[in-house]
Amino acid sequence: MTLQVINSPFNEQQVKILNELLPNLTSQQKIWLTGYLAAASAEGPAAVQEPAQVAQQTKEITILFASQTGNSQKIAKKLGAALENPNHQITVTSMGDYKVNNLKKLDHLFIVASTHGEGEPPDNAISFYEYLHSKRAPKLDNVKYAVLSLGDSSYEFFCKTGIDFDERLKALGATSIVPRIDCDVDFDADADAWIQQVTEALATSTAASPAAQTVQVPTGTSDYSRSNPFYAEVLEKVNLNGRGSNKETIHLELSLEGSGLTYEPGDVLAIVPENSDHLIALLLAALGFDGTQKVTVDGNESALQDALKHLDITALSKTLLNKFIPYTQNTELGALIEDRDVLNAYVYGRDVIDIVETFSPWTWTPQQFIEQLRKIPAREYSISSSYAAYPEEVHLTIGKVFHETGGRYREGVVSGNVATNVEIGDKLAVYVKQNPNFKLPADSVPIIMIGAGTGIAPFRSFLQEREEQGTQGKSWLFFGDQHFVTDFLYQVEWQRWLKEGTLTNMNVAFSRDQQEKIYVQHRLIENAKEVFEWIEQGANIYLCGDEKTLGHSVNEALITIFEQQKQLSRDEAADYLKELQKQKRYQRDVY
Amino acid sequence: MTEKIVLPPQEGPFSDVERIKEESNYLRGTLEKTMEYPISSGIPDDDNRLMKFHGSYLQDDRDLRNERAKQKLEPAYQFMVRVRTPGGVATPEQWLTMDRLSDEVGNGTLKLTTRQAFQLHGILKWNVKKFMQGINEVLLDSLAACGDVNRNVMCNANPYQSKLHAEVFEWSAKLSEHLLPRTTAYHELWLNGEKVVDTQEKEIEPIYGSLYLPRKFKIGIAIPPHNDADIYSQDIGFIAILENGQLTGFNVLVGGGMGMTHGDDTTYPQLGRLIGFITPDKLLETAEKIMTIQRDYGNRKERKNARFKYTIDKRGLDWFKEELHRRLGWNIEEARPFQFDHTGDRYGWIKGEDGKWHYTLFIQNGRIKDFEDYPLKTGLREIAKVHTGEFRLTGNQNLVIGNVSPQKKKKIDELIKQYNITAGEFYSALRRNSIACVSLPTCGLAMAEAERYLPSLVEKIEVILDDVGLRDEEIVIRMSGCPNGCSRAAMGEIGFIGKGPGKYNMYLGGGFTGDRLNKIYRENIGEEEILSELRPIITRYAAERLQGERFGDFVIRAGYVAATTDGTNFHTV
Repeated sequence: MTLQVINSPFNEQQVKILNELLPNLTSQQKIWLTGYLAAASAEGPAAVQEPAQVAQQTKEITILFASQTGNSQKIAKKLGAALENPNHQITVTSMGDYKVNNLKKLDHLFIVASTHGEGEPPDNAISFYEYLHSKRAPKLDNVKYAVLSLGDSSYEFFCKTGIDFDERLKALGATSIVPRIDCDVDFDADADAWIQQVTEALATSTAASPAAQTVQVPTGTSDYSRSNPFYAEVLEKVNLNGRGSNKETIHLELSLEGSGLTYEPGDVLAIVPENSDHLIALLLAALGFDGTQKVTVDGNESALQDALKHLDITALSKTLLNKFIPYTQNTELGALIEDRDVLNAYVYGRDVIDIVETFSPWTWTPQQFIEQLRKIPAREYSISSSYAAYPEEVHLTIGKVFHETGGRYREGVVSGNVATNVEIGDKLAVYVKQNPNFKLPADSVPIIMIGAGTGIAPFRSFLQEREEQGTQGKSWLFFGDQHFVTDFLYQVEWQRWLKEGTLTNMNVAFSRDQQEKIYVQHRLIENAKEVFEWIEQGANIYLCGDEKTLGHSVNEALITIFEQQKQLSRDEAADYLKELQKQKRYQRDVY
Repeated sequence: MTEKIVLPPQEGPFSDVERIKEESNYLRGTLEKTMEYPISSGIPDDDNRLMKFHGSYLQDDRDLRNERAKQKLEPAYQFMVRVRTPGGVATPEQWLTMDRLSDEVGNGTLKLTTRQAFQLHGILKWNVKKFMQGINEVLLDSLAACGDVNRNVMCNANPYQSKLHAEVFEWSAKLSEHLLPRTTAYHELWLNGEKVVDTQEKEIEPIYGSLYLPRKFKIGIAIPPHNDADIYSQDIGFIAILENGQLTGFNVLVGGGMGMTHGDDTTYPQLGRLIGFITPDKLLETAEKIMTIQRDYGNRKERKNARFKYTIDKRGLDWFKEELHRRLGWNIEEARPFQFDHTGDRYGWIKGEDGKWHYTLFIQNGRIKDFEDYPLKTGLREIAKVHTGEFRLTGNQNLVIGNVSPQKKKKIDELIKQYNITAGEFYSALRRNSIACVSLPTCGLAMAEAERYLPSLVEKIEVILDDVGLRDEEIVIRMSGCPNGCSRAAMGEIGFIGKGPGKYNMYLGGGFTGDRLNKIYRENIGEEEILSELRPIITRYAAERLQGERFGDFVIRAGYVAATTDGTNFHTV
């Protein structure tokens, strides 16, 4: 066990002392200490607080989550479990399902919120977010609250949704009982610490009974996560793109045997990556460091070149560059950060190696350098198989990311590795993430699926599931990519499902097979009448793919369809789409 | 009143293809729908059968078949389209259009076929219509270029006797036109023609009827002494008869054909039999009546026994002649004398009797493309831009730049030099007399390589020829990837018919002038054996041949193989 500032509630000094102490403890000493600390934390507050006359009061605890991919929901549920107590009336619910007129009656409110896209709330939180920020939001003077935000520091608007909720609740008069924590992609430790703080603060504020339950820390046996992934064996690897394609899309089949892991259609598999030796060698050369030098990460001493495998050396963010500034004598780095547009243009496609090469001379030691880096974030992929169809297996559809920027060829840390190096029989570190906002409806409900490129993945899972269930519901797939001949991912499978009736309709758009570019949104519009009929019949719409290239255009196309078919104004049509989204009849998995 | 063509009854059920034709509503089937279906670039088998009548069929790149199956992709489907060019004559404008379309929708190459037609490969389903419309603009079509109908009519590409060639060519074009299917399906499907409401069968297809022929049907016209149309291989062969330099009529050959099935001795290649002579005015009538006999009596139960040659062999030539005379209402005359000298082409510049010039190029395996060090396609394009005569595709897959005026000759000669276009004078005589069919990777029937392999095999045989001083000795060598025989391998002095990957049946003893089938010499052998078998034979030929003795005649005299005197003894060793 090793501690560091970012994965523990301790400060640097404490981490240093603990890391000196902990490795030297015997097993027996550790067990004794665990028991001692648990008892101390349970009894401590009771010893210093006044006897609890308020302990008899039942506290209303509302835990709301704003989840896009399921992380917030997971943490919210964990918090709910941690707060289990006869005196606590706990409700854990999605913001999308929360009735806003209950806001006034709030007692304790805990929010777990992720941030999406350009600092926007997740789809299912938009209504709540907008209401809370509107003039209609009530005064919340009596409300005690805490916020945990989830984000990815490689994005410009890191944790913005959580920050917004925190500030808005404060503005509405609510009292924070635990400072907000902004978690990066490796949030497990931070989230656990926050849960602990909330538990303690709640106990303190209410002077709860001495019998307060100890926090349940995940045991790690079946609860796989970023810090405790399952090592899944690669059973099959195929490049789905035919010869001559501009793309390389890898179909992976992984074994989940022995893991106990399961998943539902729409869920996501995260892969915990390692940086390649090649990339690390480039970085070391740029730094002028010897890779065999020892550094300490999480209290563990290792060679610099090994430590770098697990640190994020690709994504660039303003946060990271700010941390770098004190270590360079080059004033241009500071200048770069000043202008948002210039910065965004610069960081696009670039990585830490570019920064190191460009903004020298640097003053940092190897230890100082690695301390600026965050852990390498897991990469998430929509699962492309159904567990019912492939028990103890999970299939992924991974598009290789590659480009040349600044004269250097670059690959995605996971997708490049999977495409180039991974072989059948190798193991990948993975864990399953639920995606409650991308779920198949009841058997009989028609579904319209819209995907481009690897966005096809969850729909393969959907159809496998429906085939297994012998579902009667109609289904319609819109798929787009560049070329029919080379890029029609899983072509023969769709053909079979069409023939057998599992798939009712399919339309394809191959953008580069003709002079004019044709995309899925055009196919939607072409089929406007029938698409609308399906929606009127209660069809759910699913969209999966790139937000920039697909998400917006499909939204516009759907709005156009409503405008035409329902005789609505553009705004009314847009509201109608929002309403569908609110009713979870329009679900999106965009990235 | 319903007028129907009533076929004489045949025992047993018709083959499935007959059903497809019958249900097709005169070659329409469901093509309109399936050619548009966007989820597959292929079409169902039934429609593919009908597609052949429109001059096209579905193929796939067999090199990629397994790889794509693993990638969960359907086969790399593509269409081959064969363009009907009666007599192999194309204008420069037509040439330029084919050249352009091969780049726009094809695989960038043109294939000149053994039946003097253009063939394009690699056309995606969505581009077929565009291609058909493109060739229609220059008055070309692909109707009946394949299928159970009369195919492209061949004609001697004679560059010497210009006037005579023009006259005979006219007859080949008239024959082609006369025997075309009359259904409007082609116009409807590809040229956005109006749909015609069904009327009576005799009005829709007066010659063919709704079932068309039992099998493909081929007609060619030769002008002795040139037999580049391989006249004995045709279902009907017409041999132009000249008296005092004037065309007096045609000798008629019936019942030739190449296809057979490995391991089935009831199938065999056969030569046309001479039945008499007709005057030119009787040409169309005679061809039509011969074809209707095959229509009525050809085997519709089993396609591999359905060619005209089996119809005649089953009932005898006497029966056939009687039936023909009955249908004509007059008797054809006694055959007139004629003499063939060769089947190959004569390369380089030749001056015609009218003072116009003709340049015959050697096109290896009929493939027009820009090779790494040989910009053939570009060169021909540049020539087509200035050429005011015509292009003639030969039955040997070669090309004649025909009817060049003395003024234009200089310019075209410059272009020939500029693009290094060769008449074939640098090649061995063996290579100049070589023909290979397309075979792999596009042909679905192929069992072994042909076009992609024959050039390198020839190179190895050339080593033997060089050793014995026979580089300039003309020997006809032909290779087909399967026994259907598109390259007419059963008529080569040396013939190879594919059996499996890298394995061929080797045949010897075909007639140099195209008047004798060859005979199997070795079965199922690879390159090493081919070369070790050929070396002693060629060496002996060099040493022991008689004055003017052809290789195909020598191997029979020397006892390597017995002469095949008739298709029915082709398999008799």
